[in-house]
Amino acid sequence: MSGRVLVGVKRVIDYAVKIRVKPDNSCVVTDGVKHSMNPFCEIAVEEAVKMKEKKLIKEVVVVSCGPQQAMETIRTALAMGADRGIHVEVTGKDYENLGPLQVSKIMAALAKKEDALLVILGKQAIDDDCNQTGQMTAALLDWPQGTFASELSMEGDKIKVVREIDGGLETVKINTPAVITADLRLNTPRYATLPNIMKAKKKKIANVKPADLGVDITSRLEVLRVDEPAQREAGVKVETVDDLIARLKEAGRI
Amino acid sequence: MRTQTDMALREGALRLNLLLNSRTFYKFNSSVGVRSLSDNVLSKPVTSSAPEIVGDHIIYTQEHFALKESLRKIIDQEINPHVEQWEAEGIFPAHKVFKILGSAGFLGVNKPVEYGGLGLDYSYSVAVAEELGHIRCGGIPMAIGVQTDMTTPALARFGSAELKQEFLLPSIMGDKVACLGVSEVGAGSDVSSIMTKAVRKGDEYVINGGKMWTTNGTQADWICLLVNTSDGPPHRNKSLICVPMNLPGVQIARKIEKLGMWSSDTAEVFFDDVHVPCKNIIGQEGMGFTYQMLQFQEERLWAVANILTMMENVIQETIQYTRQRKIFNRPVLHHQSVHFRLAELQTEVELLRALLHSATALYIKGNDVTKLASMAKLKGGRLAREVGDSCLQFWGGMGFTSDVLVSRFYRDSRLMSIGGGADEVMLGIICKYMDTLPKK
Repeated sequence: MSGRVLVGVKRVIDYAVKIRVKPDNSCVVTDGVKHSMNPFCEIAVEEAVKMKEKKLIKEVVVVSCGPQQAMETIRTALAMGADRGIHVEVTGKDYENLGPLQVSKIMAALAKKEDALLVILGKQAIDDDCNQTGQMTAALLDWPQGTFASELSMEGDKIKVVREIDGGLETVKINTPAVITADLRLNTPRYATLPNIMKAKKKKIANVKPADLGVDITSRLEVLRVDEPAQREAGVKVETVDDLIARLKEAGRI
Repeated sequence: MRTQTDMALREGALRLNLLLNSRTFYKFNSSVGVRSLSDNVLSKPVTSSAPEIVGDHIIYTQEHFALKESLRKIIDQEINPHVEQWEAEGIFPAHKVFKILGSAGFLGVNKPVEYGGLGLDYSYSVAVAEELGHIRCGGIPMAIGVQTDMTTPALARFGSAELKQEFLLPSIMGDKVACLGVSEVGAGSDVSSIMTKAVRKGDEYVINGGKMWTTNGTQADWICLLVNTSDGPPHRNKSLICVPMNLPGVQIARKIEKLGMWSSDTAEVFFDDVHVPCKNIIGQEGMGFTYQMLQFQEERLWAVANILTMMENVIQETIQYTRQRKIFNRPVLHHQSVHFRLAELQTEVELLRALLHSATALYIKGNDVTKLASMAKLKGGRLAREVGDSCLQFWGGMGFTSDVLVSRFYRDSRLMSIGGGADEVMLGIICKYMDTLPKK
């Protein structure tokens, strides 16, 4: 086993930005808009770096799929302590149509190529909220998965994962190699310190194309239209309970 | 104030809070609770450092932008949530804040690597100064600037190895808080008239006198003190000495109450027969004045970088406010006098930024930029007053309250034309370069 951890990071529109839909309803405005690393991806990177600091693993390799700008996201991860990066170049229309299925095919291919012990991803991206890439990657690799992880511990060649589920917390023990997705409370990501930002300059970022990995990234999905949520409309006040029932019946709600 | 105005004001404040703290519904599910973000994260203006222009920027590289992003996170997580409280208390916990910044490497950007610094060029310091302008008050950036660019440059360049180990290293790490002792009650712009004296007795100096306007004074571990060490000509009889603040005879007479910069504690300090080892002198005796002058270019550019961001933030917040505030049935912003004035102010901000960046570019190549730095500082102080005054007017009654950034900026920024070299001193320097001063 290589002791290598693969971490996927996604460049998304910054959480603080007010999103606007393009006038032609084709997609969201991204030009000139501030982007940053998906918050759950930051948590994933932090966990991997922590594991390396505890000497549980040997190398943290960070991966991002996208155009040139994805390199910035990789560099941020390098500044947090990742060892090297892989930029999977996807541009233009291909990038617009890139979804969890395509990314998980890429991650699976890289996991095999890099002989990874673990693949750690954020549980979901804050732009599409898919929550699929981790699960699909595990399925493609036929690896166990520990999703919504709020706590991780290595126990020999198994991993104990405390998962945040609807009913509370569930603890599972899975074999390695495995796929983990990071939930909010897994850790608090560190600030990229200035010395590490400068050191990151020297770290290597390899450039590959999906074709090089034998991955077909054609999408089976077509986005028809993007709309803003309907404006919240005013409510109506009623005086009595009978009134309420009458109104609801009128509106066909009951 | 009448009750109706009260209610209107309160309503306005509420609306404003909602406006500034609103998230779009898209992000509702996933954005809540990432790290410590909640209602305290006031809206960031969308004009943040655009990595799209990295290749073409006159002085900034990828690393500069990465530095700014990381520092911005620290500001948003560790500093801004507490600003209101610290402003109200009249002091901020310098040791705590400096330790956080020091651990992340932001207090020694252009200081020697042997003492925990990063040995980077001054453009990185300017990047830090610009980013610190996102702190929602003037006091804390000022205090940080004193630590990084006023008390330590001479020490870093001319201090002995032993002295640097004792004072520079912990200041860069954020373990020790420094303050600067130059101005006195009787000497401000005329630095050469200071009276504080250090008389040599064996292998000690005995210091008597007092200093004024000492930022960080009530919390500092040591003071970089400019004193008269001989009776020679006023530009050649002064020295800089590192004096621990806990020595007997060092008295913090009072914390000064000021118009602005409330979160920064400013002290008046007295020195009553303070004994300090002679080895605490920085560099050569008699060179203190020269050493202090050498770092002025950096200090002034730093102040400009800092206030630029603050002015932009105030202009952006004013745009946001006036866009939603209606008067005579349309947004205040739609009145031409308002959006035209804001355009004028933004234009001047860009001009000042251009001057700052070109002066920095020249400086890091080894040029003397005293004239440009003085011009930039002069303009910075004056423009800040214009921005504060015009924007506050557009905020109307709300601008006059303590709830908003613009009123704090109005108070805090007034200092820029006074401290760090008053406007009149800047003008004198520029005239010297223009050779327009009357000959003696």
